[in-house]
Amino acid sequence: MQNGNIKHIWQLLNTIPDPEIPVISIVELGVVRDVNLKDNLYTISITPTYSGCPAVTAFTNDIKKCLKENGFRNFKIKLVYAPAWTTDWMSKETKEKLNNYGIAPPSKIVICPQCNSKNTTLISEFGATACKAFYKCSDCLEPFEAFKCI
Amino acid sequence: MSNLFTYTIRIADSALILGQRMAEWCSNGPTLEEDIALSNISLDLFGQANGFYEYAAQINGEKSADELAFTRNEREFFNYQLVEQTNGNFGKTIVRNFLYDSFIFLFYTELANSSDERISALAAKSIKEVKYHLRHSKNWLIRLGDGTDESNKKVQDALEELWQYTGELFEMDTIDTELMKKNIAIDVSKLRPKWNEMIDSTLKTAKLNRPEDGYMASGGKKGIHTECLGFLLAEMQFLQRAYPNAKW
Ligand SMILES: [Zn+2]
Repeated sequence: MQNGNIKHIWQLLNTIPDPEIPVISIVELGVVRDVNLKDNLYTISITPTYSGCPAVTAFTNDIKKCLKENGFRNFKIKLVYAPAWTTDWMSKETKEKLNNYGIAPPSKIVICPQCNSKNTTLISEFGATACKAFYKCSDCLEPFEAFKCI
Repeated sequence: MSNLFTYTIRIADSALILGQRMAEWCSNGPTLEEDIALSNISLDLFGQANGFYEYAAQINGEKSADELAFTRNEREFFNYQLVEQTNGNFGKTIVRNFLYDSFIFLFYTELANSSDERISALAAKSIKEVKYHLRHSKNWLIRLGDGTDESNKKVQDALEELWQYTGELFEMDTIDTELMKKNIAIDVSKLRPKWNEMIDSTLKTAKLNRPEDGYMASGGKKGIHTECLGFLLAEMQFLQRAYPNAKW
C-alpha cells in the first residue's frame, strides 16, 4: 500500500506540467529527484534547474496543490542542491517532445526544430527563460530557442 | 557571529549586490537580446545568493534569508567592493563583470571541493551558471576592445578605473585561514596565477592593456565600502524598510 502510494505520487507528479514549457512534466524535466516515506511522512525532493529559476516557486505550489487535491496531507517538499541538475537526465522521449514543441533539445550540435538543419548560429546565450538560449537557422532563417546543455 | 556564518554571507553578499546591479539593466539594455541576457544573469546571481543566505540563516537563526538581504546596513554587508561599482556605460559593466566572473569561476571551482556539503553543493551548482556569465562578459570584452577606437577607449578607461578593486579578491583573513583548517574555506591567494593567465590572454585578444598595479582598495570583506553601496541598498531595500514584511 505504502509503496503503491509512492508510485501513485510519482504518477501524479508526472501530470504536473513545467510552468514555462508545458509540453513536458516536472518529472520529465528532471527536477523531481526523489519521493520517499518515513514515519508516515512523504518527502518529495526537488532541485532547481538554475539557482534563480522563478519556476521553482511555481512548481512547488503546483506539487502542493496536486497532492492535496488527491488526498495527501502528510508530505513535505525538500529543496536539494546536490547533485546539480543536468540536462543529461532528460530522456530521448522528452527531448522529442521539446523538439516537436519548437525548442531544440539540449545537444552539443544544435539542430533547427523547424527544418532539422544543423546549419544554425547562436544569437544569444540567454533566452526567454534561464534554461534556454537563442538561435537562428541559417537554412530556413527561422529564429528558435534551444535548451542549454548543462 | 560564527566564522562559517560570515564566510557564507560574504559569498551571498557579492552575488546579491552584483545581481542588483545587473537588475538595474533590465529594460535599459543596448539591444533586446542583451537586455534579456543581463536580466538572466541577475536572476542567476539572486538564486545563488538565496542559496547561500538560506544556509547562513540556518547556521545563525537570527534572521531569515530575506531579512539578511533587506534589513542589514551597509557596514554589515561583506561583498567585494568591485561588485558594488556602478554600471556606468555598457563597457564598464562588461569590464567589471569580466574581472569578477573570471575570479568567481576559479573560486567556485575550488570551493566545490569544500568539506562542508552544503557549500560544496551550492558551489558546484553555481559553476554551471558562472561559466555562461564568464563567456558572456569575455566575448563582449573582446568585441568591444577589438572594436572601434571609441569602444576600445571606453573599456580601457573602465579597466583603469576598476583595476584598484581587484586586489581584495585575493586577500585572506583569519576567517578564511580558520575555516581552511577544516577544509571548508579555500585559499583565494592561490587563485591569482590562474586569474592572471585568464586576464592576460583575454586582454591580449581584446587589444587592451593590463593596468599597472597601483593603489589597491580593500575592506569589502570587513564591511568597508565605497559610496556606491549605500545608494544601491537604499533602492534595493526601500520597500522592506518602508513597509516591513510586505509581501507580493
Ligand atoms: Zn531551419
